[in-house]
Amino acid sequence: MKAFWRAFRRNRLALIGGVIVVCLAVLALLAPVLSPWDPNRPDVKKILDGPSKPHPLGTDQLGRDVLSRMLYGSRVSLAVGFVSVGIATLIGIVLGSLAGYHGGTIDAMVMRLVDLMLVFPRFFLLLAVLAFLRPSIWTIMAVIGLTGWMSVARLVRAEFLSLKEREFVLWSQSIGASVFRIIWRHILPNAMGPVLVAMTLGIPAAILTESGLSFLGLGVQPPHATWGNILNEGKDAIEIGWWLSVYPGLAILVTVLSYNLVGEGIRDALDPRLRQSVGRIVSRAR
Amino acid sequence: MLGYALRRLVLAIPLLIGITFVSFLVIHLAPGEPVENQMGETSTQSDRELRERLKEIYGLDKPLHVQYWSWLTRLVRLDFGRSFSPDARPVLQKIGERLPVTLLLNIVEMMVIVVLAIPIGVLSATRQYSRFDKVTTIFVFVGFATPDFWLALMLMILFGVQLGWLPISGLRSPTWEYLSFWQQQWDFVAHLALPILVATFGGLAGFSRYMRQSMLEVIRQDYIQSARAKGLPERMVIAKHALRNALLPIVTVLGLSLPGLIGGSVIVESIFAIPGMGQLMVQAVFERDYPVIMGNLVIVASLTLVANLIADLTYSLVDPRIRVAARRGRR
Repeated sequence: MKAFWRAFRRNRLALIGGVIVVCLAVLALLAPVLSPWDPNRPDVKKILDGPSKPHPLGTDQLGRDVLSRMLYGSRVSLAVGFVSVGIATLIGIVLGSLAGYHGGTIDAMVMRLVDLMLVFPRFFLLLAVLAFLRPSIWTIMAVIGLTGWMSVARLVRAEFLSLKEREFVLWSQSIGASVFRIIWRHILPNAMGPVLVAMTLGIPAAILTESGLSFLGLGVQPPHATWGNILNEGKDAIEIGWWLSVYPGLAILVTVLSYNLVGEGIRDALDPRLRQSVGRIVSRAR
Repeated sequence: MLGYALRRLVLAIPLLIGITFVSFLVIHLAPGEPVENQMGETSTQSDRELRERLKEIYGLDKPLHVQYWSWLTRLVRLDFGRSFSPDARPVLQKIGERLPVTLLLNIVEMMVIVVLAIPIGVLSATRQYSRFDKVTTIFVFVGFATPDFWLALMLMILFGVQLGWLPISGLRSPTWEYLSFWQQQWDFVAHLALPILVATFGGLAGFSRYMRQSMLEVIRQDYIQSARAKGLPERMVIAKHALRNALLPIVTVLGLSLPGLIGGSVIVESIFAIPGMGQLMVQAVFERDYPVIMGNLVIVASLTLVANLIADLTYSLVDPRIRVAARRGRR
């Protein structure tokens, strides 16, 4: 753990990313305190006002303060990112460890399921499911999680395949430990490194997906502010209100970039061998 | 080789069936009814009768497995049913109109990405840690993090609104009919410029990264050392010995990234109002047009499957090691 910190700290970019990630989390938590205005209060006298002193990032079509809406929007983005990745990781760990530990038919079935899920372009699948659900923040989280577990399952399975042959596993098998205990207490902790990396990189991906869906009008619904649906309004006001389009996008960019930097930093610090290599991607694809 | 190809084909069949099953299930297990939507909010006695009749016409009153079976048997005959929307046109016809647009977009994107990413990757690998390498690395990180719809908005504001250089929606100008032949071609290209730029951006970042990584791995191999040792000029070593081998895994990565590219056309087509599959999908979702959504899912997934197959076969064609391994695996 100490060695991990030392390696992580040496990576300047990852450190910067980490600081931004923490700042963003604080901003999201303190949104009600920090917001200068009520994010949902319209004001007909201030429709599409450009950035000014009382409204640093301008106002939208209903005269609502963009800065306040973005602060509240960051809560949605982070919540969706964390919860959907949590769901995806849980499914991925359960299926991946079952497949990797048992092998044989279970393994074949799980891997065919993974192959099948990967054939669907994700956005098409997401849209199809969302079409028949009432879009809310919860359904978005669930749907993004349910369509994003495949890479974790593959990672966990690969770790299990190599770990289950190791002596400490054979040893606990020989003294009659239960399958659940072996998986949960002995193998899984040793397989968590790559999973942690996948999670850190999964959060920004989920944030991008959510904002894309909200941008299309199929994600979190107004009046709830999210970065994606502020951009959706920005699109309608593209000729007048550039500030509606510029700032939420920048917020997404910075957030995703920071999480990616942290993810890469964790990967390099955990184990230099984990550095993404083409060989790994290809072998994972088969 | 033929045996390998056949085996891959046979393996694809259960996947194809799986695709139809998932497409069917996803939509039918979700709450919410298409008939409700078609009926609107009213619910008097006569409406309820009408609703039952609608259900009957569409076969929605039958048990799920019966519905699936009848849908599947029609699917085999390429009958995707009719759209629920007021025009009630056959789904296949609707998709058929839009498929070429999406295919064209994706093929052009692919080509642009490959043509740009290979030299970028090779250069940054051969000059690792040089200024060029650092700049491309920054580009890669920013490229990964940029939401495509935001990039599209920014470019629309810059080139469409502020500068007024490029059109920002559709595939043709309203005055298209009155233009000369060459002006028409130019008009088409101008309309495609921004969408393709947007769609290429993220993919380019990813690909140049893979290319760099692949090249770095190859350069460390012994046969590159021996090529240098026998006195070949560095250019020859890179262009012939290294590049060829570094390109191999890229074929697979290309195949794998296809679902992402096609998925990306949903956003690009919606923003730029391009009449392709992605836009059709979004419209169908808003209208809860079951048959169109299902048809879209099946076709898009099947296309991906076929593309993956082609990538796999190409890979085995260019890399003899795969063929040998496949043959050994069988024994």
